[in-house]
Amino acid sequence: MTTLPFARPRKNTVRASDPKIPNLTPEQLEEFGAEMDAIRQRVIADLGQADADYIRGVVKKQQQFEVAGRAMFYFPPAWPLAVAALSVSKILENMEIGHNVMHGQYDWLGDPKLNSRIYDWDNVCPGEQWKYSHNYIHHTFTNILGKDRDIGYGVLRMDEDQKWHPYYLGNPVYALLLMTFFEWGVAMHDLEVENIVKGTRKMEENKQLHAGIMKKVKRQALKDYLIFPALTGPFFPLTFAGNAAANLVRNVWAFNIIFCGHFPAGVATFTEEECEDESRGHWYYRQLLGSANISGGKLFHTMSGNLSHQIEHHLFPDIPARRYPELAVEVKEICNRYGIEYNTGRLSKQLFSVARKIVRLSFPTPKPKTAAPADVEVAAAA
Amino acid sequence: MTITQRVLGSRVLAALASPHGVDRYLEQMNPMWAATEVRARVVSVTRETTGEHPVATLVLQPTSTWRGHRSGQYVQVGVDLEGGRRTTRCFSISSGASLPGERFSITVRAHEEGIVSKYLVREAQPGLILHLSQAEGEFTLHESAATPTNNHLLMISGGSGITPVMSHVRTLLRDGYDGHANRKVTFLHYARSPEDQIFAEELAEIAAADNGVTVHLRYGNHFFDADELERIVGDFRDLDTWVCGPGGLVELVQEAYADSPRLRVEFFKPPAFAVDGDAEGTVAFARSGEAAANTGESILEQAEAAGLKPEYGCRMGICFSCTSRKTEGTVRNILTGETSSLPDEDIRICVSAPVGSCSVDL
Ligand code: FES
Repeated sequence: MTTLPFARPRKNTVRASDPKIPNLTPEQLEEFGAEMDAIRQRVIADLGQADADYIRGVVKKQQQFEVAGRAMFYFPPAWPLAVAALSVSKILENMEIGHNVMHGQYDWLGDPKLNSRIYDWDNVCPGEQWKYSHNYIHHTFTNILGKDRDIGYGVLRMDEDQKWHPYYLGNPVYALLLMTFFEWGVAMHDLEVENIVKGTRKMEENKQLHAGIMKKVKRQALKDYLIFPALTGPFFPLTFAGNAAANLVRNVWAFNIIFCGHFPAGVATFTEEECEDESRGHWYYRQLLGSANISGGKLFHTMSGNLSHQIEHHLFPDIPARRYPELAVEVKEICNRYGIEYNTGRLSKQLFSVARKIVRLSFPTPKPKTAAPADVEVAAAA
Repeated sequence: MTITQRVLGSRVLAALASPHGVDRYLEQMNPMWAATEVRARVVSVTRETTGEHPVATLVLQPTSTWRGHRSGQYVQVGVDLEGGRRTTRCFSISSGASLPGERFSITVRAHEEGIVSKYLVREAQPGLILHLSQAEGEFTLHESAATPTNNHLLMISGGSGITPVMSHVRTLLRDGYDGHANRKVTFLHYARSPEDQIFAEELAEIAAADNGVTVHLRYGNHFFDADELERIVGDFRDLDTWVCGPGGLVELVQEAYADSPRLRVEFFKPPAFAVDGDAEGTVAFARSGEAAANTGESILEQAEAAGLKPEYGCRMGICFSCTSRKTEGTVRNILTGETSSLPDEDIRICVSAPVGSCSVDL
């Protein structure tokens, strides 16, 4: 990474108000926003055949992996291969196809099969509900404490400003559980169970959501745990286990990619006050500070649905994800000019950073003793 | 429905093939295999006229999922254009009524602004695959050869509006409705010029044959005139009438018929280009029946000001919660400044402002 005039403090969580984060003036923010808008406009005007071919190509590949995987369950010695192929298929489907299509990235194609209003992914979370909590809530209120429910998913303590409670001693365990059952976690996300426990949300509000989830769960279970296993006759248990394994692999992968996108050290959180009457420029600024990238090769980016470019995804959530690597070059350059850190690192680095945060935040955060809290944290982390 | 079709369309198979659906797999293997979707292969393309805006008839072989059509209906045709965008437009079917899976034809005029019509007339080659809907529309005939009435039927059309009307006449003649015993058909058509006349030869044959169908062709500046119609057919308000053509013609005919329930109308919806400034005209909210003067703000804001409660999320164009269908008019994307005048287009109303009048399905 290039050296920057401002280095971010290495502490668990960073507040946007931290003195080490460049505070852009309203004029700067406006300019910054205009630069981002210009990039966006240029790419949108350039969308075309290559993007169409790409997504259709990915769908075709994914279907081939799926067919191959499902077919190999008829030949038990190939079980590990079958699980591998099905896992690849499920990962591609959830990340590069489902997530991105449901973001509306390909609505311009006019293809009903790749339209955000119609597509519903291979996941127990109903697309309709996911689009609300993800496309709207998470992408609009990214990293605003108390508003972005993706901070810790209502289960984990992922920010120092979430008040500590003995419950959080289990933070690492909850994280492991959430990882294992990620698709279920995502499905339950909208029910806001934590708010029901707190008493700020009523059971009745969940009725409809609950019905939607049950319908989707049934459909998914029927497919992976009944019909496909039954179709392999005597190999029912093997196929059943294989499908479960593929879902597990996909869960673990998706969880890790997503957690590396928002929770490595250096990613900033904001308060509601800071975002009141927010300008477009500030929204971009917040997206940038609230996300982190993972570096890697082309295959890695595809397998992560290009969410390894979480920064670009958050700046331009409705632009086809295959464009993010090309956009990253410009975004980095802009960051450099404004002195904003562009948070990126290898998967291992970002994962380690996230894991450390999960563990450290399971304990209460010591109160800063001096007037320069940031420095204390730096020392503590060193 | 054959057994294969029933199996392919079953819910169990749909569940197994989720999330893409059975059709996506079949389509990968052979574009003419389908479970529920309708697609068609272009069999032939024949030029009908050579004028400035040429017309062509495309014979289509639909997939077995096609349920057939009644004369006067239209079909949505989706074309994968260069640049990856699938664009869908409605076209009237010009051939006589078809049975499930049977070939039919559409007749299309290449309009200057019509990207799909231009493509179909100028570029389409036999073998091209089109994405279709089932046949739609209520501009249909209630006459049949099996149970003929002695009604006198009147068809009025203008320009390429001849297509659904031609479908009626072809169906009647094919099914043996010969117009004798007082069952007459009168066909009145307005075209720009003889060179622009679609189906000229066939119309001449129909006119010459002893079939009870009389054909009246009018060219150039010869506009519809109620008195003239009266001279041809007598009291036209009592005749079952089908009219299809450009807005101007349809309006004149509607006026002449007052509120006669005998008149059936089919409009052609050309893209309406804004001529006035941004904050002019009216914004119509079609579903709720509300309308208000265009203030130039986003459609979402204007709808809310009119007391509607459209769905929304981010209000900044990223979440797609507010996507609604614009049926007519021009809108400008507030973020990119791009304008678009396509009819029946899905837009994000939080970042779209009307340019002049427009109509949204809200
Ligand atoms: S409200 Fe989110 S795109 Fe319009």
